[in-house]
Amino acid sequence: MFTKDIHADFADILYEVAGVDPADAAPEKSFTEDLGVDSLSMVEIALAAEERFGVKIPDGELTGLRTVGNAVDYIEKVLAAA
Amino acid sequence: MVRVPVPDPHRHGRMLALGAYRPVRVVGNDEIVPALGVSDEWVRTRTGIGSRRFAGPGESLADMSAAAADKALAEAGVAPDELSMVLAASMTHLYQAPSLAAEVAHRVGARRAGAADISAACAGFCYSLGVANDLIRTGSAERVLVVAAERMSDLLDMADRSTALVFGDGAAAVVLGPSSTPSIGPVVWGSDADHVRAIEQPRSWRCLLDEPGAGWPFLRMSGSEVYRWVISEVAPIAQRALDAAGVTVADLGAFIPHQANLRLVESLVKALELPESVAVARDVITNGNTSAASIPLAMEELLRNGQARSGDLALLVGFGSGLVYAAQVAELP
Repeated sequence: MFTKDIHADFADILYEVAGVDPADAAPEKSFTEDLGVDSLSMVEIALAAEERFGVKIPDGELTGLRTVGNAVDYIEKVLAAA
Repeated sequence: MVRVPVPDPHRHGRMLALGAYRPVRVVGNDEIVPALGVSDEWVRTRTGIGSRRFAGPGESLADMSAAAADKALAEAGVAPDELSMVLAASMTHLYQAPSLAAEVAHRVGARRAGAADISAACAGFCYSLGVANDLIRTGSAERVLVVAAERMSDLLDMADRSTALVFGDGAAAVVLGPSSTPSIGPVVWGSDADHVRAIEQPRSWRCLLDEPGAGWPFLRMSGSEVYRWVISEVAPIAQRALDAAGVTVADLGAFIPHQANLRLVESLVKALELPESVAVARDVITNGNTSAASIPLAMEELLRNGQARSGDLALLVGFGSGLVYAAQVAELP
């Protein structure tokens, strides 16, 4: 799995769910501080990511995913363990 | 061996008229947010809610229900003693006896009606509509009064951010009668017991006797668990109701989901790919989440402001504590 692919797909999801410009979805960007994505949108993003990547992202994990990079790393980790 | 009448295949149920009662006192976010450490802006962004109504003196559940019922009966031109059944949907009827339905039957003068409550939380109206329709179709009833009423403020902890901002009070009533043409589609209903604790009154009323100083058992809600469930499960349920009725979103005049949260409403609109022509209920903005009453109150708002008309096909989707759900397509009264 290439990190770049997951990142690009995840940026797609951010755009579809929360209207975030893919150019703004850099790994270090914080969902709440930089991208205006609140916890309710995170739920929608997590569900879309579960469907897109075939992974499970439990509610309890969401608070720990503060940046785009955190989310991409998490998805990568779950995929690698599968 | 019992003898049973053969149901008439040309006998259907139809909503004849709708009546609503909204409490007098309007409560804006500014009144509630100081105790919660959030702003009006925060509430509007997360829930879409700008105000809600709270019932006061003279606005008990029975008072509001009877007021809504009287309006619906007058509008339908049905005399109360023509009613065969009164069904009342509520999760805030704080008396074990008599039922809210029996109380309402008494108040409106439904001398010949059976009376029973349906406790299905925010799906209560859709459950009751399904039951009422089936009672008429099978011949078990001729005319049915369905009341959906809530006094959520009785169970609301105003220091609890998950509930204090969201819920409101109100009542609505619908009179149903027989029709020679179909008007109400099949109900799709069920429950997801994996989330049975997501919205609950955590302790029984007994706690008031058994534990001195226990405090009122306020309603608790695990907001993000419910939000997540709705986003992933409700659009498919709504689609099943459309399929069961043999219609598509293009046939709809209105979409009236339970008014839990404006963001959930918008998410459902998007997931169902509703055409621009379909009126969407957004009563939650000024009325908050009135649980069982939310769908018929939202229906009343759409009809009153002309966004939808009598006879339009509406997709109704209720979901709530249980987590229980019910959805059907129905012609607006």
